[in-house]
Amino acid sequence: MAKRLGRYTLALENPVHIAGYAAVGSKMERDGPLGDRFDILNDDSYFGQKTWEKAESIMQKQACQRALDKAKMKEEDIDYIFAGDLLNQCISSSFSIRDLGIPFFGLYGACSTMSESLSLAAMTLEGHMADRCIASTSSHFCTAERQFRFPLEYGGQRPPSSTWTATAAGAVVLDNDPDSVKTSIKALTAGRIIDLGVTDQNNMGAAMAPAAADTIAHFLTDTSVKLSDIDGIFTGDLGTVGSELLYELLDRENIDIRSKHQDCGLLLYDRDKQDVHAGGSGCGCSASVLCSYLLPELEKGSMHNILFIATGALLSTTSVQQNESIPGIAHLVQLCKETKGE
Amino acid sequence: MSMSPKEYDTLTKKASPNSPWLKNLLWAFFVGGAICTLGQVLTNLYLFLDIPKEIATSMTSVSLIFLSALLTGLDLYDTIAQHAGAGTLVPITGFANAVVSPALEFKAEGLILGLGAKMFVIAGPVLVYGVSASIIYGILAFLFGWY
Repeated sequence: MAKRLGRYTLALENPVHIAGYAAVGSKMERDGPLGDRFDILNDDSYFGQKTWEKAESIMQKQACQRALDKAKMKEEDIDYIFAGDLLNQCISSSFSIRDLGIPFFGLYGACSTMSESLSLAAMTLEGHMADRCIASTSSHFCTAERQFRFPLEYGGQRPPSSTWTATAAGAVVLDNDPDSVKTSIKALTAGRIIDLGVTDQNNMGAAMAPAAADTIAHFLTDTSVKLSDIDGIFTGDLGTVGSELLYELLDRENIDIRSKHQDCGLLLYDRDKQDVHAGGSGCGCSASVLCSYLLPELEKGSMHNILFIATGALLSTTSVQQNESIPGIAHLVQLCKETKGE
Repeated sequence: MSMSPKEYDTLTKKASPNSPWLKNLLWAFFVGGAICTLGQVLTNLYLFLDIPKEIATSMTSVSLIFLSALLTGLDLYDTIAQHAGAGTLVPITGFANAVVSPALEFKAEGLILGLGAKMFVIAGPVLVYGVSASIIYGILAFLFGWY
């Protein structure tokens, strides 16, 4: 039975393992530093569909199916799927899952969806309310741009603090098989909504950094885990601006994560060669970095104990037009790969 | 977090890079200037072809609008605009781009509720307040006998 640590953290005692995972991307993701690590890449941003919304659903469906293949499972083996995306009413997720026949819980956590879905799947599995679950999410540059900003062909100038929404999807299959030796989820810290009054929707990193700092500080206090025991802290998509602010905020709590921290938005793209300004963003950004880089590295044994913290900006086009500030959220998942004999 | 929004705002401003204003200004100056020069070249060309001046200037506007719409459709206008900024926004070409880009984008939602309804989503406010301002100016001109 999972044990509550402190106010915000849940330590999982029964095993929850990562049985399979897959990352899907498009051309910008292929050209980025993780390009050759993706499971499926399609240079056609329409993915052979008529609309970008359909393209995004196909991406998420492909990610789920490839993750199932890699876990050597079929749709009917899965008890629940936890998924969400950025689009109104989460249509990318529901439309991608409608043909899979798996009981579905739709989530909205903006770009924090990957760690939110992982957390909920892990809790369900740990409590033996299910034996196999999928956590998945996606984002698409074109669907996000047209929903949140301007039409693609509109000649606007993006400010340097803006980020580039990844055209990517990630899906993770989890199980609670006690004999599995795969990467496991050890603990999770649920994020609070933190809003320090940022209203600039072109500076999402700044809006989300306080939430990331809050969650990281809570995890360390709740668990008494030392930073030296952790191989890496990977935040969702804070970009350059948000990462810098995260360090400043944690400095005030006397926590220095600079040597351990990397941001998924900065791992997915090469800012020197690709015109992504402050880095990558979108649900698919942290999800695809998790599935193309972090989980494979844990599997290989180059890292053993990491914190994955996807961050979300909970704004809508209406709230922005009404001059509301942008609430941020960040959920943390601790992933561990134990070496044999431990 | 033990930080006030005001304190965080200061921190955010420090961490966020400023727009490269000198570079942006130069780009806007040269690209905007080039578009206006092209307009003048076209006007001269039409005048050279013995087209009356009033028609020649209208034809220049139409030509620039056509070029802007074409470049928007060819996925080139937004690439130029990312550098040129106000240089491509302010001339008549920017207005054409603001109408054509949502028309292209929202055709997936159908010709009436998509293309038709969304075509003026960016240019609409400019039209509303532009027309309103011209009506107010017209009334003032009438009342004070400016013409």
